[in-house]
Amino acid sequence: MAITVTINGEARKIEAAPDTPLLWVIRDELGLTGTKFGCGAALCGACSVHLDGEVVRSCQILAQDVDGRSVTTIEGARDKIALAVKAAWNKLDVAQCGYCQSGQIMSAIGLLSQIAKPTDDDIDKAMDGNVCRCCTYHRIRAAIHEAAHAI
Amino acid sequence: MALKRMALKRRAALAVFAVATGAGLAFWAHGQQTGQRLSLATSAYAQAAQGDLFQPISVVLNHPRCMNCHPRDDRPRQGNDRHEHLQNVVRGVDDLGFVNMRCTSCHRDENNANSGVPGAPTWHLAPISMGWQGLGDAELCTTLKDEKRNGGKTVAALVEHMTVDKLVLWGWSPGGTRDPVSTPHDVFVTQLKAWEAAGAPCPAASK
Repeated sequence: MAITVTINGEARKIEAAPDTPLLWVIRDELGLTGTKFGCGAALCGACSVHLDGEVVRSCQILAQDVDGRSVTTIEGARDKIALAVKAAWNKLDVAQCGYCQSGQIMSAIGLLSQIAKPTDDDIDKAMDGNVCRCCTYHRIRAAIHEAAHAI
Repeated sequence: MALKRMALKRRAALAVFAVATGAGLAFWAHGQQTGQRLSLATSAYAQAAQGDLFQPISVVLNHPRCMNCHPRDDRPRQGNDRHEHLQNVVRGVDDLGFVNMRCTSCHRDENNANSGVPGAPTWHLAPISMGWQGLGDAELCTTLKDEKRNGGKTVAALVEHMTVDKLVLWGWSPGGTRDPVSTPHDVFVTQLKAWEAAGAPCPAASK
């Protein structure tokens, strides 16, 4: 199946089976390996990307779903909010092993794009789908507040 | 000695006869009662009078495939045990989830064969006014029919909704290891139409 999708602002044409998970399109077809495979069952959030501006689990979205749509991965997250989030992540040294962090950052950007000053409760609700095996949750929460303050 | 043995045999035979007769009478009486109950149960008039036409509908609405998305709070449920949706998933302002945790973040318009994540068109939580969890049959029935709470649906529209809506129909083909609704859908539709034809009676509140 021929698919036209805008990836990180660039229109790309790819050939993929309709039921190929978007995650594998991103990683294998497009070579963007910042997005990680974690569970393949929408349980961990490591594969989080933005589809038309909304956070989705790219392991659950299929190639046939993204034809004509816009996908942003960690590599393409470059707007004002994304830069503030990345700066806060660096400032507070959030990452430990780092495997889940591209998903965490994409979700943090998604949250701050819709709620400029999130409360702890907002963060709990919006970030609960992103699991961190190193339990960096307290630093993730602090970094989201830090980024909100900076923006 | 022989007389004594004959007397014993006679007593034993009488005992067997008495037991057999008793059992037969009990069986006959049970049959009569069951028959009586059946004839009452199959009488549409009697069922309408008792609100019993709603009972099989309640069985379907109470099935986890239906009830998990009709909570009376802000947490969708999952599984046959109706546990709260993992990952702190909540209703959100539009019944489609909170920021980042939207239904469509994971659920597609059909079941995902790769992961087992369920999906159907318009996957969403029923509005809280359509919350049914924990309601008895009487309150469930009145809540279902209340046009102020059911999205302005007449009984005919409710029957139509439960007959053709793709999200409702998902309950009969949920995929993965999920149990489908136990009543076959065509039987359910027949039950709905019988209920509608009788004026959509609700059970008495004490039931």
